[in-house]
Amino acid sequence: MITDMERFDNQRVLVVLPHPDDESFSVSGSLAKYLKNGSQVTYACLTLGQMARNMGSPLFANRITLPEIRKEELAQSCRAIGIQDLRMLGFHDKTIEFEDRELLDGAISALIEELNPTVIYTFYPGYAVHPDHDATGAAVVRCVENLPAERRPVVRAMAFSRGCEEILGPPDVRVDVKDFVKQKAASIQSHKSQFWVPELKKASQKDLESRFGTERFWTIKFD
Amino acid sequence: MLPIDLEYIQQRIDQMKDQDLYIHLELTNGAYAAHNDASRHPAANFIKNAVIRYAHGGISGVSPYYRVGLKMEHGWIYSEGLTHYEETENDRLIMAGHDKDGKLVVALQLSPYPFE
Ligand SMILES: [Zn+2]
Repeated sequence: MITDMERFDNQRVLVVLPHPDDESFSVSGSLAKYLKNGSQVTYACLTLGQMARNMGSPLFANRITLPEIRKEELAQSCRAIGIQDLRMLGFHDKTIEFEDRELLDGAISALIEELNPTVIYTFYPGYAVHPDHDATGAAVVRCVENLPAERRPVVRAMAFSRGCEEILGPPDVRVDVKDFVKQKAASIQSHKSQFWVPELKKASQKDLESRFGTERFWTIKFD
Repeated sequence: MLPIDLEYIQQRIDQMKDQDLYIHLELTNGAYAAHNDASRHPAANFIKNAVIRYAHGGISGVSPYYRVGLKMEHGWIYSEGLTHYEETENDRLIMAGHDKDGKLVVALQLSPYPFE
């Protein structure tokens, strides 16, 4: 088990996720931790989540305005975490699994080529519930597999399908993000069209720590 | 109709790409949804005999529910919840999703000539 043995300084971190808000509950604390320790973080968000059903409460978005609203929410979430390098890759929500593979893998490989990341965060293919999540993780795995073994970054994946722990075993990486729960809460609150969490506003540091203090990942194995 | 055979439908999707096709795309939860259960929101839509053309398409999913995505020049066609296809149709691709009572919930049909 890697816990705080894990290094957070001098890393080049690439995050590849399909929807604005995918970062919030899963990895935002760890990203804030990397940034605090001087590492570089690039977040590649594949779509604008333009097919989401949540339109704010009370309603403030519609199918036309939602993409622009979610773009701004994503930018705000990145500011809350401290991410300066946000890339919006322009794919369409719900279509990642059907995308032209050359186009999809090409976009991700180009980022890997440009940034030479030491670690990539994405979803665990097959264990991430939404088809866009699974397809994004699968694309990252294909791109990394295509690299010569000595150039492969570490790939940390998020899994949350029912029963995933029975199959994958427990997560091998647990990150203590207690010092970064404020950033995490702010990231969650940034996505106003998607999450209604008035209770976070008045939550104490202790409440936040018990709710959000640990993030869990599975390291993908390549042979 | 037969339960969807993923590999066979993928072949059919590949065969029909890059040509003008008539589409029938439909989703319904039934005209009586709200009558039978006041908490349900009645919703349905269909589009019939619009002409589309896709350059690239796929089917995915795990039995019994399948998803189809077709990439067009300016957008996408997407359908989720498909369960069956019509095995007697050779030049048209007829797919549907039926609920546990056998009622149609979703339909995606593609044809080189208009639907009646
Ligand atoms: Zn998502």
